[in-house]
Amino acid sequence: MTLFLWTLCLLVAGASLCAILAVCPSVSATARAANLIGALGSATACLLGLVALVCSPWNASLSVHLPWGLPVGACALGLDALSRLFLLPVFGLGFVCAVSGGLSLRHERPEMHNFGAHWLFYFLLLLGLALVMTSRDAVLFMLAWELMSLAPFFLIDFNDGDSKVRDASWVYLTAAHLGAVALMAFFVLLWQTTGQTSLDNVGPALSQATPGLQAALFVLCVLGFGAKAGLAPLHIWLPEAHPAAPSHVSALLSGAMINAGLYGIVRSLGLLSQAGNAQEWWGWSLLFLGLGTGVMGILKATAQSNLKRLLAYSSVENMGLMTMGLGVGYIGHICGNGWIAVMGVSGALLHMCNHAAFKGLLFLCAGEVLHACGTVRMGQLGGVQKKMPLVGIAFAIGAASIACLPPCNGFAGELLIAFSLLDGPSLNGVERQMGLLVSFAGMACISGLAAALYAKAYGITFLGQPRSGFAVNAHPATWRTLWPLSLPAAVCLAGGLAAPAFFKLAVSAAHCALPLSDVLSAQGHNALRQAEHSLTVVSCVGCVGIALVVAILFIRKILLRGRRVKAVPTWSCGFQAASPRVQYTDAAFSEPMARIFGRAMGLKVDVHQDVQLFPQDGFLAIMAPDRLRTKLFTPLFQAVESLCNACKIMQHGKIHLYILYMLATVVGLLIWGLRV
Amino acid sequence: MSQSLVVYFVQLCLALLLAPLLPGIINRVKAIFAGRHGKPLLQTYYDLAKLLRKGEALSQTTTWVFTLAPAIALVATLCALALLPLGGSSSPLAFTGDFVLAAYLLALGRFATMLSALDTGSSFEGMGASREATFAALAEPVLFLTLMVLTSLSLNAGLDTEHALSLSALFGGQSADTWLGGKIELLLVPVVFFILLLVENCRIPVDDPNTHLELTMIHEVMVLDHSGPNLAIIVYGTALKLWFFAALIAGLMTPDLSPWPQAALRTGIVLLLSVLVGVTESVMARLRMQRVPALLGGAAAMSALALILSQMR
Amino acid sequence: MLLQTCLFLLVLSNFCMLGTPRIRRMTGMTAIQGLLLTVLLCIFGHVMLAVAVLLIKGLLLPGLLWRTLKRLPAQALVCPRKVVPLDVLAGMGGLAFSFWLDGRLVMAHGLFPPMLLPLGLATLFCGLILIVGRIKAITQVIGYLVAENGIFLLGMPLMTTGTAWFELALLLDVFVAVFVMGIAINHISDSFASIDVARFRSLRD
Repeated sequence: MTLFLWTLCLLVAGASLCAILAVCPSVSATARAANLIGALGSATACLLGLVALVCSPWNASLSVHLPWGLPVGACALGLDALSRLFLLPVFGLGFVCAVSGGLSLRHERPEMHNFGAHWLFYFLLLLGLALVMTSRDAVLFMLAWELMSLAPFFLIDFNDGDSKVRDASWVYLTAAHLGAVALMAFFVLLWQTTGQTSLDNVGPALSQATPGLQAALFVLCVLGFGAKAGLAPLHIWLPEAHPAAPSHVSALLSGAMINAGLYGIVRSLGLLSQAGNAQEWWGWSLLFLGLGTGVMGILKATAQSNLKRLLAYSSVENMGLMTMGLGVGYIGHICGNGWIAVMGVSGALLHMCNHAAFKGLLFLCAGEVLHACGTVRMGQLGGVQKKMPLVGIAFAIGAASIACLPPCNGFAGELLIAFSLLDGPSLNGVERQMGLLVSFAGMACISGLAAALYAKAYGITFLGQPRSGFAVNAHPATWRTLWPLSLPAAVCLAGGLAAPAFFKLAVSAAHCALPLSDVLSAQGHNALRQAEHSLTVVSCVGCVGIALVVAILFIRKILLRGRRVKAVPTWSCGFQAASPRVQYTDAAFSEPMARIFGRAMGLKVDVHQDVQLFPQDGFLAIMAPDRLRTKLFTPLFQAVESLCNACKIMQHGKIHLYILYMLATVVGLLIWGLRV
Repeated sequence: MSQSLVVYFVQLCLALLLAPLLPGIINRVKAIFAGRHGKPLLQTYYDLAKLLRKGEALSQTTTWVFTLAPAIALVATLCALALLPLGGSSSPLAFTGDFVLAAYLLALGRFATMLSALDTGSSFEGMGASREATFAALAEPVLFLTLMVLTSLSLNAGLDTEHALSLSALFGGQSADTWLGGKIELLLVPVVFFILLLVENCRIPVDDPNTHLELTMIHEVMVLDHSGPNLAIIVYGTALKLWFFAALIAGLMTPDLSPWPQAALRTGIVLLLSVLVGVTESVMARLRMQRVPALLGGAAAMSALALILSQMR
Repeated sequence: MLLQTCLFLLVLSNFCMLGTPRIRRMTGMTAIQGLLLTVLLCIFGHVMLAVAVLLIKGLLLPGLLWRTLKRLPAQALVCPRKVVPLDVLAGMGGLAFSFWLDGRLVMAHGLFPPMLLPLGLATLFCGLILIVGRIKAITQVIGYLVAENGIFLLGMPLMTTGTAWFELALLLDVFVAVFVMGIAINHISDSFASIDVARFRSLRD
């Protein structure tokens, strides 16, 4: 715990140093200093944080109370397995993104940006995340939550010269604050009901709450934390914010920050169900919310042509999968099925860790592509693999992991969630059984589409021939700037080949999130043994598979020794006049899917065809605007705006009438006071 | 124990050896239907031997993905095959949830093949990859729905969760009372598996393996640029995949006999299925591309029907 | 066992109807449903009624439909494909719902053989979905027939010799309805050159 406090101190110190640099005149020397201090400082702090997590036993529950100046709340921090599990991506990815960000920001022009401010908010984001995951008091939690929600606004707004980036950061800020409003209401309601702010004592005190109040608490918590996690329909900030932010920031946001929403849901469901009055419909609503989010996310991702936007929608999909796991876990818990409960929750948590690794890796790779080529629109890329082989390998590993293909880590989490959904027939009641089985079919659909999606993302961006000058003139990237990518890539492989070890970490966290009764934990224990055995065999098969691939390649090499291996142009049925522009593009690749799911993807196809006998020009544009944003939120906010404008009639600038308002108020208050 | 291991390994070796025979049988059946004499039954073996003796022509556009993909596809199929119970004895690798691994291993093989197609930078091969991606994405939920019918069946039969969720329980030979117990809807399951076999192995009515140079092709077009030993790996992998799906159906249809007769019966059913594929190919026309989702949707509806009927009664 | 098989085939034929856009195939399916009902009646021991059902549902009604179809233009024989997946999904929902209902309904024990009640309800739902989901007038007749088959199926175990006459009267009712519809469709197709129900909107004030 001491080491963890030192980490927090280091983050605060780094933040204050960067704050000083931020107000200094912006010349290249301060920029370089800020970059150095920021990257090194945050990397060191994250390493220290990782050491702090590893040093204490994983299951130990530590807590510390620090002096606190405010009349309400307390500065209570605690570390248990759940906090540790969620801090793992924060510090791990925080380290990788700090180093990679430091390396990539060297090329930015110092007069355009304020590096001191950037790194200040990077420190603050890490600090906020670390505090959110450990605070044991509602007031401290809300403060940390605000810190964590505000800092990304400035981080996203790094390229503030671009109006799109400014728009994106405003969308983010609005979403974050609307979520925070719900959370504020949640905690105030908790405080009002139980009379205390300490999160350790709130749970048992809730036993007196009426069912209506509990339902209100659940809805508020899902709204507030769901907005951060990106559950549909509150996901709309993700596809705006991630493409706009610098890549190391989007990696951290997508891999670590949106997990805070999941963490909040897990913790507060733990609180709400502690007094033994958890409702079954909570689990069901989480399950179907997650299923809807997942299906929507993957379909929207398939329609995207901007690589970073695609990755953002894919984050939405993955959060949906995790929410499904949580939901089914709670259903199992309430229905008294230990197998479903343990598998669901631990699958969700394991997938969270895995998602942090591969999504961080993919965003960082996308950042390298953006840096080297100047664009991430897939239709203009292609053939990047030849220019940047290392980035290509890293992206391939990330793509295989996120498509949940076996030797990589994504498979493990999905296998566990599949286990819990497949055990549906052992619940009572046909509607429960069918509910779980239908969700499993939905999950199979999601994972099938995910493989297609990442074949497209990797194949169109990295393989084939360059489709435009952007890709032709890509600068090569060397090992010196790319080494941070090797860490998440290694985690992706290790998470698959050593899945049982990661699984054990997730299981302790799951026990912490969902305390089971004795009977259930006996069942759950059996389930865990089986799951561990399964994961061991999966990793064995993975290792054997890799060995076999190497063996086959070796045999092929021996066979080809002494024979001719010609390098020829692509044959493609002998059509040699093809230019790189006739290659399949991203839109072409997803066209068969768009024929089937076009409406669900929200595609907008704009065709202008010349209708004369000898047509001259044609024009075709396919767009995938977020219908929820254009059809739901924009009209909603416009209505609010016009309502506010209507209220402006009060504010006309005539001073004497303002004094009349005051007089009227005083008189009104007097009358009210006397009446009572 | 040792006897069942011996049976298993004999079966595995048989599968590895006989897999290239299946395309030969299919072609022979098609030839007989067309009134031709047809290629020799062992043609695939001759092709493999020829390809292994050749050099390679590698496209200049390609990268390591192109060279690596066939090996990955073959190994993925091999591992999936090794998880199947063969001939009345469960695989030594069998574990809880192995069918999820098998399905994802097949997905890995497809993923690698699609990437190798995109790696050539040819529009033809991009087309094939795009279609394969779509149909595979649609076939995956159907496969899982069908497997769900079987898992919920064994869960409802009172098996523990850990044993029910395993290929060995699902395909390790059904006892007679499962079929005779009035669960007539289970007859839909082999039908759906057969449709999946046709889709996943790119046979008519989904894809025509003979039309290399038409705009209708899926699998053959993805491997247009492979040659020499790499093409041999692909051809062998495709044959193994066909065997895998045929063995799934065989595992469903065989009764719970003693190991050796069951092994013989299964191999017989696999060979018979390839005849059936040949007959299907001869009597049907290839569907229009836009109709393939309807075929898969029909298969999904059938397995959903079987699931509802067997689960809710 | 035979009962279960027949019921299963009945559900399968329902879904075949929901899953095909071709009216010709749907007509064939009504004949098959009539046959299946005949077999079911034989299982319950109502041989006389079975013969009547075979004649009316298995031969007469499909024959009438067939006669009507032959007079219609070719494009009238295919429904739009877009609604087919939705219809099938709705049918699945109806099937699941009727199983759920089966679990909730309190029935005298042994009154219904297993699966008969839910599958009868499901047949009823499928008929209604056909009426709602397809816009051709003739599919509405077919939907009506399917729904009636469902009701008939539900009534089957309740039949005693006295009520058999009642059932027969019901059958005649349907027969008359189909007859009238058949004539009406002929006239509609003569005067409107289409049997699209959606076009009836042009008749409103």
